[in-house]
Amino acid sequence: MNKNGEIAIEAREMDVYYAHFRAVKGINIKFPTRKITALIGPSGCGKSTVLRSFNRMNDLVLVARVQGEVLYRGNNIYGKDVDPVEIRRRIGMVFQKPNPFAKSIYENVAWGARINGYKGNMDELVESSLRQAALWDEVKDKLSQSGYSLSGGQQQRLCIARTIAVKPEIILMDEPTSALDPVATLRIEELIQELKQNYTIIIVTHNMQQAARASDYTAFFNMDEDRAGYLVEYNATNMLFTNPQNEMTEQYITGRFG
Amino acid sequence: MAVQQLETGYPEAEALQRQISQRHRRGLRWRWLFQLSTIVGIVALLALLYNILNQSFGLVAVQNTVDPRVLLEGAKTAVLPGADTAETLADLPKETLVAILAEHISTGLGRRLERDQRFFADQFAFEDPALFAEVCAGAEPPAGCTLEPRDQNNVYELLLERVVAPDVVQSWSLVDSVFRRGAIEEQLRTDYPTAVLEFRSWITADFIVSPQSSTPEFAGVRTAILGSLWVVVITIVFSFPVGVGAAIYLEEYATDNRLNRLIQTNISNLAGVPSIIYGMLGLAIFVRAMETFTSGAALGVITDDTTANGRTILSAGLTLGLLILPLIIINAQEAIRAVPRSLRQAGFALGATQWQTIWHHVLPSAMPGILTGTILAISRAIGETAPLVVVGASTFITLDPSGPFSKFTTLPIQIYQWTARPQAEFRNIAAAAIVVLLILLLSLNATAVVMRNRYATKTA
Amino acid sequence: MATRNPTAPLTGERIEQSELRKKPRVGETVIQGFLFLCGAISILTTIGIVYELGKEAWLFFGKEGVSLLAFFTGTEWQPAIGNFGIWPLVLATLMTSLVAMVVALPVGLATAVYLSEYASDRARNTLKPILEVLAGIPTVVYGYFALTFMTPLLRSILGDNVVQIFNTASAGIVVGILIIPLVSSMSEDALHAVPNSLREAAFGLGATKLETSLKVVVPSALSGITAAFVVAISRAVGETMVVAIAAGAGPKNFIIGEDGLFSFILNPFVAAETMTGHIVRISGGDLSYDSIDYNSIFAIGLLLFLMTLALNIVSRRFVARFREVYE
Repeated sequence: MNKNGEIAIEAREMDVYYAHFRAVKGINIKFPTRKITALIGPSGCGKSTVLRSFNRMNDLVLVARVQGEVLYRGNNIYGKDVDPVEIRRRIGMVFQKPNPFAKSIYENVAWGARINGYKGNMDELVESSLRQAALWDEVKDKLSQSGYSLSGGQQQRLCIARTIAVKPEIILMDEPTSALDPVATLRIEELIQELKQNYTIIIVTHNMQQAARASDYTAFFNMDEDRAGYLVEYNATNMLFTNPQNEMTEQYITGRFG
Repeated sequence: MAVQQLETGYPEAEALQRQISQRHRRGLRWRWLFQLSTIVGIVALLALLYNILNQSFGLVAVQNTVDPRVLLEGAKTAVLPGADTAETLADLPKETLVAILAEHISTGLGRRLERDQRFFADQFAFEDPALFAEVCAGAEPPAGCTLEPRDQNNVYELLLERVVAPDVVQSWSLVDSVFRRGAIEEQLRTDYPTAVLEFRSWITADFIVSPQSSTPEFAGVRTAILGSLWVVVITIVFSFPVGVGAAIYLEEYATDNRLNRLIQTNISNLAGVPSIIYGMLGLAIFVRAMETFTSGAALGVITDDTTANGRTILSAGLTLGLLILPLIIINAQEAIRAVPRSLRQAGFALGATQWQTIWHHVLPSAMPGILTGTILAISRAIGETAPLVVVGASTFITLDPSGPFSKFTTLPIQIYQWTARPQAEFRNIAAAAIVVLLILLLSLNATAVVMRNRYATKTA
Repeated sequence: MATRNPTAPLTGERIEQSELRKKPRVGETVIQGFLFLCGAISILTTIGIVYELGKEAWLFFGKEGVSLLAFFTGTEWQPAIGNFGIWPLVLATLMTSLVAMVVALPVGLATAVYLSEYASDRARNTLKPILEVLAGIPTVVYGYFALTFMTPLLRSILGDNVVQIFNTASAGIVVGILIIPLVSSMSEDALHAVPNSLREAAFGLGATKLETSLKVVVPSALSGITAAFVVAISRAVGETMVVAIAAGAGPKNFIIGEDGLFSFILNPFVAAETMTGHIVRISGGDLSYDSIDYNSIFAIGLLLFLMTLALNIVSRRFVARFREVYE
C-alpha cells in the first residue's frame, strides 16, 4: 500500500471481548508508516475499541480481552512476555477530551520523558515538543502555569506535545477534536498534517469531512446484528470516498445511516 | 343552558372545595410537624451547649482555712520585718513569709518543701544542715540540692496553698449565679458565714497547663491533653498510610475476585463494629499478647517501672488506629474514585507504570478528599472513650507522658472520670474539660471544611 | 526515501523481542504487595476480633459453674457468687435501645422528609451542618449531658421518687438524640434517590405535597429507610459511654414472678447496667487476666459483636435491595 511498503502496525484476526460480549471481530488491517489513517463508522461499531487495542489501553478495562495478533515491528504486542508499559511508550495516545495533568504546562510535557528516564536537556525537549505541537508561541511565557489555565484547543495541543515528548513511533488519536470548537479543530487538523512527516497517525473520527480532508487512508467499520464491530472497507481516502466498493460504505458516506 | 352534570363518583363543586382544603390543611399540619422534628436536633445541640457553659462558669463559695488578715495581724503583733508597712500578705518580704509558714506547718512538711527547693541560699529554715548534706551526697539527690532558692512570690504562693488553703465549699451554675444571686448570698450567710462569694470561670490558663490533682480547684488537663496528642499521633502514623494503601489497593489494583470482594465487605462490616469491641481487641492483642513490645520492654526503653504492662500510649494509639481504619479506607476510596479516568489513561498512554501514574497523578488529585476524610476520622479518634477505658488508660496520673511507652490519660477519659465523681466541683471541671475538647474538635473540623471547600472550588 | 527527522526512530524493521519484554520492576511488585497487605489488615482485624472474643468466651464457658444454658436463661448476673445470667444486661441494653429508637426514628425520619422534600436550599445548607456537628460530638459529652441535664429534667417533670439518679430512660433519650443525624442522613439519601418522575406522576394526579411525600416517596424509599433504622439500632446497642455514665452501675437482677414486669423489670426509670456499661465498668477497674471477670466480659463482648454484626448485615441487605431498584 505504502510506496515504501513500510507497515507500522498490523492486526491479524483480532477479536476483542468485554467479558462475554464480542465487541470487535476478525479485524485484519495494516497501517502504513508515516501516514494518517482514519477509522470511521457509526457509533458503537468498535472503532475506539480497535484503536485502544493497538497500545494495550484495553488492559485497563478489567473485563476486556484481545484475541488474535497485533504485530508491531515483527512482534505480537499481546505476546506473553511483552510489557504494556514499553508498548505504550512507543505507541502514544491522544484522547477525546483534553486531559492535561494537574501540573504546570512545563511539567505536563516533561513528566512522560522523566519517568521514561530521559537523560537529555529537558528544557530543549519541552520547547521542541511544544513547537511541534504548534503551541510554543502561545505558552512560552507561562510555562509554570497550570495546564488547566489553557483553552480547550490549547489543552489538546498540550496533550499532543506531551505525547510527542516521549518520542513514540505511532500516535493513536481517539476523536481528538470532538470536544473542541471549529477554530480549535482546524488548528489540530493542521497540526496532524504536520505531524505525519515524523509519525504514523491513526485517528478515530466521527466526522466524515474530517476523515476525507485530513487522512491518507480510511477504514470503514460497521457492526453486525450481534453488535460486534468489523472492518467493512479499507482504502486510500480519495478512493474510498469517491468510489466505495461496498454498498454499506456508500450509504454511510452519503449520510444515509450512522 | 344548563351544563349536564355527569355522575363521576368524585366529590364535586363545594364538596370538592371542602375536600381539597381539608387535604391542604392536613398537609400544613404535617409540614409543621416535620419542621418541628428538624428543630429537635438544634434544640438538643443548644441544650447541650447551654448545659456545658452553665457548668463551666458560676459563683463559688470559697472558705479559707486560715484568714490571711489574721496571718498579717499576727505578723504585725510579732513585729516581724516589713510587717508594719505591709497592707496584704503579698507585700511581706520573703523572710517574714517563711517565718509565718514555719509557724503553721509541720517540720516534716517544711523539710520536704526545702528538699524540693531551698528557701535561702545561706541558711536552712527547716532542714538540719548535716542531714541535708548527707542526702545530697546520696544516690538520688533531691532537686533542692541544685536548684536556685525560692523567691518571694514562690513562698507567698506556698503560704496560700499550705496555710491559707482556700477551699471551694459550694459552687453554683451560671444561670443560678445570675438570677438567684440574692438567694445564694442568703444561703451562704447561714451555711458558711466566713466564706467569700466569688465568680469563677472554671476554664482558665491554669486549668489548661496544670496536671491532674485530687482537688478540683487545682486540677488541670495538661496531662490529658498531652496524652490525647500522643495517642492521636500514634493513631495517625499507623492508620493513615495503611488506610490510604488499602484504598489504593482496592480502587486501583484489586480485580473483581472473591478475596477482594471479601476485603471490601469486611471493611464495611468493621465500620459498624461498636468501638468498645475494638477496645477488647486492643486489650487482648496489644496490651496482653504483645506486651513485651508495647510496653517497650523489647526495646529496653521502659519509661518507668509501673508501665511495663502494655497499657501504654502505643497500645492505645494502635487500638484507635484499627478503629478508624475502615473510616479512612472508605473515605479515601471515594476520593480516589472521584479522580477522572482520563487522568490515569493519560499517564498510561505516556508509558508510565501503574504506580508512577498513581503516585504522580491519582494521589495528588485525591489528596484533599483523602485528608478531609482522615481529619474527620481523627476527630472521631480524639473523642473516643470506651475503647481506651478497656485498653486501660490510667485514671490518675500527674506526670506528663514522655513517649509511646508511657502510661497515659486522655481528655475524654478525664471527662469520664470527673463526671463519675459525686462532688459538684468535679462536674464543673468536667464541663471545662468538655469545652477544651470541643474547641479542639471544632478547630479540626473547621480545617476539614476549609479543605473541602478549597477542593470543591479547585475542581469546579 | 524521504529525509528522516532525526528524532523519529526508524520504523518497520523487526526489533528483537527482548526490547519489548517485561522488565523486572521490583519496586512495583514490592509496592503492590505492601498495598495488598494494607487491605489484608482489615481481614486480620476481623479474624483477631472473632478469635480473641471466641477464645476468651470459650475459656469462660469452660469454667466451673458456668454453662451456656445458665448464661442464656439466667436472670441474675452476680459474678461474686457465680451467677452468670445474661438477661439483666441484655434487657437493659434493649431498654436503652428501645427508648433511643422511640426518639430517633420518628424525629430522624421526619427530619429527612423535611430536608429532602420540603426544605429550601438555604434551609438545607443551614440544617445539615448542624446535624453534622451533632454527629461529631464525642459520646462522653453526651454522657455528661444525660447525667447533668436530662436526668434532672426528667426528675423535675416526673418527680424524684419516680426517676432514679441513674436510669435507662435518660440514657436512652440521649442515645436517641445522638443517632438522629445517622437516621436522618441515611434516610435522606434514600429519599433523594427516588426518581423525580415518581413525584411528578403523583403531583400530576392531583396529590398534595404531603400525599406525594408520605404515600409515594417514602414507600418507594422504604428499604433504604429500613436500612437506616437497622443501622441505628445497631449503633444504639453498641453505644457505650452514655449508658456507662447515666444508666446505672450494677446489673439489674430480677426474679421472674417476684419482681413486677412493668413496675421493675421493664421500668425505664430505675438504674440498670447494659452490656457495654458492664464491660466498661469491669475493665476500668483492676482486672487480672485469666480471672473469671476478665473472661466474662469477652463472652458479653462476643454476644454484642454478633448482635451488631447481624444488624449490620441485615441493613446492608436492605441497602442492596434499594440500590437494585434505583441504580
